[in-house]
Amino acid sequence: MDPALLNALYLVILMIFLGVELIGHVPSVLHTPLMSGANAIHGVVIIGSIIVMGQATDTVSMVLGFVAVVLGTLNVVGGFVVTNRMLEMFKKKP
Amino acid sequence: MDALLSILYLVASVSFITGLKMLGSPKTARVGNLIAASGMGLAIAGTMFLYKGHDGQPLHNLEWILGALAVGTGIGWVMAMRVQMTAMPQMVSFFNGMGGACAAVISVMEYKAVGAAGMTFGSGLATVAGLVIGSVSFSGSIIAYLKLEGRMNDIRFAGQQFVNNGLLLVALALGGAIVAGVMSDMTMVMVLLAVALVFGILFVLPIGGADMPVVISLLNSFTGVAAACGGFLYDNMVMLIGGILVGSAGTLLTFVMTKAMNRSLANVLFTNFGGDGAGGGSGGGSGGAGGGSVREVSAADVAVMMAYGRQVVIVPGYGLAVAQAQHVCKQLQQELEEKGVTVKYAIHPVAGRMPGHMNVLLAEADVEYDKLVEMEEINPEFATTDVVIVVGANDVVNPAAKTDPTSPIYGMPILDVEDAKNVIVLKRSMKAGYAGIDNELFYRPNCSMLFGDAKASLTNLVNEVKAL
Repeated sequence: MDPALLNALYLVILMIFLGVELIGHVPSVLHTPLMSGANAIHGVVIIGSIIVMGQATDTVSMVLGFVAVVLGTLNVVGGFVVTNRMLEMFKKKP
Repeated sequence: MDALLSILYLVASVSFITGLKMLGSPKTARVGNLIAASGMGLAIAGTMFLYKGHDGQPLHNLEWILGALAVGTGIGWVMAMRVQMTAMPQMVSFFNGMGGACAAVISVMEYKAVGAAGMTFGSGLATVAGLVIGSVSFSGSIIAYLKLEGRMNDIRFAGQQFVNNGLLLVALALGGAIVAGVMSDMTMVMVLLAVALVFGILFVLPIGGADMPVVISLLNSFTGVAAACGGFLYDNMVMLIGGILVGSAGTLLTFVMTKAMNRSLANVLFTNFGGDGAGGGSGGGSGGAGGGSVREVSAADVAVMMAYGRQVVIVPGYGLAVAQAQHVCKQLQQELEEKGVTVKYAIHPVAGRMPGHMNVLLAEADVEYDKLVEMEEINPEFATTDVVIVVGANDVVNPAAKTDPTSPIYGMPILDVEDAKNVIVLKRSMKAGYAGIDNELFYRPNCSMLFGDAKASLTNLVNEVKAL
């Protein structure tokens, strides 16, 4: 087996356990912000769109790449800002 | 790969893990979100300036990438800042759909650039999986968004399940054929894309609005997996870690939510809850008619009941969110507390359209965190509660969940408000709740109705209590 693939497989298994562990004991009050925060984190897909955009040479690829980066950015920025707005409400009032 | 970039990716990965962990506690959640966001910024900047392809070339088109980042940031920021607190769930769904679409477009481009011949089995699989999962997540999320916005009704037709399963099989077969290199031209990839998009739409169409949170959470984890496919494709650790982390955490969150509704995921996805709306609704309606008539009560009477009671429990529901009545609610709480009444809020795990929806809403009105009591804790207290005010909630206080095995919500844990001395239901009309079923609570002798818009009714109550 390809060692890189094997490494990735290790990582996948460990991350599955870690993800379960991280969510295990969260009060239900925080479910919505947590889902929203997780939503922003999978915006990491934007990295892939930057890579394909950076390697695009023809016009069609350029347009598709541009669209992909915009979509990814929406996911990242929208996700984190919405989460922050929800969480601002949990701020301790002085 | 550049060693510095690898280190940046590692820092970003740790920030995602730390951020997710900190999001799990009210005290640290906000900082956690900022940490994860900073990590994301690092990963994006690092990729743009340090990434080198297999040929050792840095990325081109940087000005276009920056332009796209600016456009996305502008739109995303404005949308996220302008959205009403009540519309948060559909906003999350919308942004989730964008991530899914991004993953799908990446796969199409990868296919276009490399072609089936240039792909190993592994990268072919990752590309096809990213395409299918990303597209399903995109079209499903958009349907969920439209439904929560109220721009679309549940649509069900005969044999829907059959059609869905068929589409899924077609997608799997087509995907398999593309990976195996049997049919691997661009047309086939486009057909697969179309099939996956249609499947996403049909998959979410029949599911009732009350179950949307579960669907959004599930699609959220789908997008996580789609992002991880990109990680496989580009040997990119930060995409892999971020994607799988969300995929696994999101799946667990989905199960936690279905558990709060005392249903299985399969039950939520395939039984079209609240569905056969016509049949269930009319059946419940006739049952209700047999149950007697409801009692109407005036705001002045309710004010007296509350002001001279010891404990008042407010049960918020989606109606509170729709009427934007959270601030008036807080005012009522303050007026009552001045009169020495203990006021608490009973939060059902699935009140509103998302778990935690009510908490977010009430927190906006500065309601103290410790006033919000979760279901298990508050249920024994109802027997000693003088007045329960139900504001725009319905299914979560329907005793049929405990007593009527034929009810679609039978078995769902509910708030035992019927144990209280007086139950006042603030409701616009006698229309059924989201599940489309009648609520026998309204016909109970200790229950009275205060009809009208939740905000207007609460304002009346505040004025009446003040006047006492």
